[in-house]
Amino acid sequence: MSNRQQLIVIGNGMVGHAFVEKMIEADGLARFDVTVFGEEPRAAYDRVHLSEYFSGKNAEDLALTTAENYREQGIDLHLDTPVVEIDTDAREVVTRNGTRHGYDRLVLATGSYAFVPPIEGRDQDGCLVYRTLEDLDAIRDHAEHGRRGVVVGGGLLGLEAANALKHLGLETHVVEFAPQLMPAQLDLAGGDMLRRQIEALDVRVHTGKATQLIDAGENHRLRMNFADGEALETDLVLFSAGIRPHDELARKAGIAVGERGGVVIDDQCRTSDPAIYAIGECALWNRQIFGLVGPGYAMADVAVKQLTEAGETAAFTGADMSTKLKLLGVEVGSIGDAHARTPGAQAYATINEPDATYKRLVVLDGKLIGAVLVGDSADYDILLQYARNGLDLPEHPESLIAPAGDGPPALGPDALPETATICSCHNVTKGGIIEALDGGCANLGDIKGATKASTGCGGCAALLKSTVDHELAKRGMEVNTDICAHFSHTRIELYHLVRVEGIRTFAELLERHGRGLGCDICKPTAASIFASVWNEHVLEPVHQPLQDTNDTYLANMQKDGTYSIVPRVPAGEITAEKLIVIGSVAKKYGLYTKITGGQRIDLFGARKEQLPPIWEELIEAGFETGHAYGKSVRTVKSCVGSTWCRYGVKDSVGMAIHIENRYKGLRSPHKLKFAVSGCTRECAEAQSKDIGVIATENGWNLYVCGNGGMKPRHADLFATDLDDEHLIRYIDRLLMFYIKTADRLQRTSVWLENLEGGLEYLREVVIDDRIGIGEELESQMQAVVDSYRCEWKSTLADPAKLKRFRSFVNSDQPDDNVLFVEERGQIRPATAEEKRQRAGTETLAEEA
Amino acid sequence: MTVAERTESTWIDICALDELVPQSGVAALVGKRQVALFLIPHTEPSVYAIGNWDPLGQANVLSRGILGDLDGEPVVASPLNKQHYRLRDGQCLENSVSARSYPVRVVDGRVQLAQPEA
Ligand code: SRM
Ligand SMILES: Cc1cc2nc3c(=O)[nH]c(=O)nc-3n(C[C@H](O)[C@H](O)[C@H](O)COP(=O)(O)OP(=O)(O)OC[C@H]3O[C@@H](n4cnc5c(N)ncnc54)[C@H](O)[C@@H]3O)c2cc1C
Ligand code: SF4
Ligand code: FES
Repeated sequence: MSNRQQLIVIGNGMVGHAFVEKMIEADGLARFDVTVFGEEPRAAYDRVHLSEYFSGKNAEDLALTTAENYREQGIDLHLDTPVVEIDTDAREVVTRNGTRHGYDRLVLATGSYAFVPPIEGRDQDGCLVYRTLEDLDAIRDHAEHGRRGVVVGGGLLGLEAANALKHLGLETHVVEFAPQLMPAQLDLAGGDMLRRQIEALDVRVHTGKATQLIDAGENHRLRMNFADGEALETDLVLFSAGIRPHDELARKAGIAVGERGGVVIDDQCRTSDPAIYAIGECALWNRQIFGLVGPGYAMADVAVKQLTEAGETAAFTGADMSTKLKLLGVEVGSIGDAHARTPGAQAYATINEPDATYKRLVVLDGKLIGAVLVGDSADYDILLQYARNGLDLPEHPESLIAPAGDGPPALGPDALPETATICSCHNVTKGGIIEALDGGCANLGDIKGATKASTGCGGCAALLKSTVDHELAKRGMEVNTDICAHFSHTRIELYHLVRVEGIRTFAELLERHGRGLGCDICKPTAASIFASVWNEHVLEPVHQPLQDTNDTYLANMQKDGTYSIVPRVPAGEITAEKLIVIGSVAKKYGLYTKITGGQRIDLFGARKEQLPPIWEELIEAGFETGHAYGKSVRTVKSCVGSTWCRYGVKDSVGMAIHIENRYKGLRSPHKLKFAVSGCTRECAEAQSKDIGVIATENGWNLYVCGNGGMKPRHADLFATDLDDEHLIRYIDRLLMFYIKTADRLQRTSVWLENLEGGLEYLREVVIDDRIGIGEELESQMQAVVDSYRCEWKSTLADPAKLKRFRSFVNSDQPDDNVLFVEERGQIRPATAEEKRQRAGTETLAEEA
Repeated sequence: MTVAERTESTWIDICALDELVPQSGVAALVGKRQVALFLIPHTEPSVYAIGNWDPLGQANVLSRGILGDLDGEPVVASPLNKQHYRLRDGQCLENSVSARSYPVRVVDGRVQLAQPEA
């Protein structure tokens, strides 16, 4: 269409992408055809959380969008296509491929690159930087063949990079030119405390060191030679000595850049060429470059408004560089003028060596203008609010950093003015939250959706929640703990209603206490409660529609719609015959096999209609279902114990089998994992389980409420030297109490942490029977134990239940979109690309 | 084309109504297409048909999701990643994608689907 203008964005990093998103929201696509050029091979990803690439996330997890999303929105995205020239006279950009594209408006979002100091030898193999996913791949490759790594630069990013090297198993060193760590954010004493803590974590810190030459080492690949004559050998040098703006395009095109780099912009994010804007880390505003994503987002906002709203006066007004983070596990916070450089500023400081904390306040005229926190940043949010909003400090400002117990004056969300920034990543103020509540948001989730607060670095999560809760309470709205829109009850209330009123079906529960049809939240919750209380078969016609798909088919759904099968192997003990059966079943049905982290074997790639015949064979050989699909007891891990092990003091395998057989099939608010170790060496890792048992000379020690997973928690020692009978009694009581009182999808760890009175109270209930429900809990557990049946066995005996496993109601053909390819001698799901190739042009799925 | 305009011959017989599972879904094969059929008894309409293909999860699974309503609108939650699809028209409520939607009716206890366009 001819009346549409051409808008080109150079750079598809975090800010360039935010710009495009905001443009879409502001309906800018009605006015502009948008074309985006990105130098990196993939669409925008979350650079802020880049380091998580080394702790489990992959490129997909970090992706902020996909090329398809852009295409769907009608945006022309060119990846792996750097722009090499801007012709401001012709209003055209030229890409590396030599193509030219005309623009009416141009946005520079080219970000910055890692600065590598001009040290001789810095170009060798093994000298790397930390900025892109490709950089991280290179670091990982080099770390594999090395033992030691050195980070050059002891600032924020340098320490983050050091953490990464440590994760990769390297002996890690940090070399900093300044006499202290984090010179930009911390004062000398703060830097010193940080250094001590980091050294205690086995990262060696060398301050006041200037690297002069990197040459070949003797014991390691490289040698760094310092100005003071000393040297350090290493296999890998990671430069993290600051960033430099990508301003070369602008420079070449004659657009104004700063003396030390950066594309100069005004408050409206315009460069010296009126058709060109610059945003993010490439932009220089008021002689400052902002190395954070929040200010970049704010610039994107301003630029979008400029482009879409005539006469718009939105302005970028600078940003605050306060930071709070955890570096190598050490909490650090820095606010405002941390160095007390403002004339007339005065400081208060506390150093607590035993706890290894350092806190400093910088004060001017009764207001807080700066702060440094090392070792404990719990006060950060509050101090930041004092500083940002110019709140009057209490009479004794030092009370703000006094040791806990002396009761620092509370500063609740109420004390904050409406202009107070709650989320700095997305620039959301308290006023913005109130507005969103007025606009119909009713809970934290709504607020996050509407304002994006807390969806960036996540640092503001606690403050956001307390602000929202507080505002809701002020409106007389109860902070909503209903499980969903269909029931005005918590899970615990529903549990009691079910038990007390003898409710056995969802229809009845809905009729008496709910409304509507129910949903995927309340239905599985109700199903789990029915199973814990009445223990009827989960595939009874009245219960089946309530189950998550995994429970519906008594197997775990995989990404391609097939299922995995995990037969129970109590305590991980298995005979050769049974191993052979698993092997031959896998072979017969062509399944992928893998030993799980729970001491059993998982068989993957079964279509639902294959599940019954497979189980027929497994049950024939004496296997039972392993409940890998349910929120229920999973495994009881064991070590080999006294039967074989020369250290074992008790038969851990025997006890583990006993426990697994007792509790198998028990459904609960979340999954339950157990372990039994035969001695204090703890090879079964019982202290990371919901229920952990460790043999002693005199009996069993019982540990409770631990878990691994997303947020690991060490189990607490609950009781010592128990005999078999007491051990089981306590587990019975504890588990039933958990089932009665926990929230949906709440692991025992989180449950205990939220339990009023904590571990002490739990001991009173379970051991001392203070509230007199001990026997009731035991008999309720016994009822579940007595009514155990293998769900697969009873399913196979019931033709009505088996009908659900047919592939189609009107055909027995298999799902033709399930396709496998071979890898490492076994099957794996074919990728979309592989499916396309296999099928030729005719797609099997409904994409057409 | 609206349902009323269709002629008798374009309806395909799928299965008996009692092959459907109350408050749940089953998959049916219509030519090469997979269709998810849902039954919510005592409501009008009580039978819904949308594609079995989950456009976000990229697998044929929608018939295996949990039924429910969001603000009164009947939906199925994808068993893979829990996005909700409106039974009425297949629209995904969390994303701009949608599942296919098929006209469906019950005649003499038989479930019938309008012949999908090629
Ligand atoms: C198969 C297995 C991985 C493996 O190949 O080893 C596995 C596979 C899955 N785990 Fe796991 N977990 C497996 C051991 C573990 C362990 C290790 C252990 O049990 O010793 C943990 C950490 C320990 C713990 O739970 O405390 C673990 C922590 C998780 C979590 C995080 C739980 C948490 O509280 O943070 C989830 C997500 C959830 O449950 O919400 C999860 C979820 C899953 C799901 C169900 C994800 C899903 O929805 O598809 C995977 C099912 C795959 C399947 O089809 O079987 N899995 N998972 C392991 C099965 C053990 C078994 O024999 O049953
Ligand atoms: C390890 C790490 C941790 C961080 N942690 C935090 C944090 O906790 N909090 C925080 O606020 N910030 C953090 N940051 C900084 C944050 O990532 C940046 O502020 C943010 O990415 C800046 O966005 P941007 O779009 O301006 O630049 P970038 O994200 O760098 O994007 C610029 C893009 O433009 C491309 N480009 C450059 N030149 C051209 C060209 N000529 N043609 C086409 N494309 C081009 C680049 O390849 C790049 O993809 C961190 C950064 C790193 C590296
Ligand atoms: S098996 Fe567990 S850890 Fe591995 S991908 Fe699945 S859920 Fe994640
Ligand atoms: S401050 Fe980063 S998400 Fe709110």
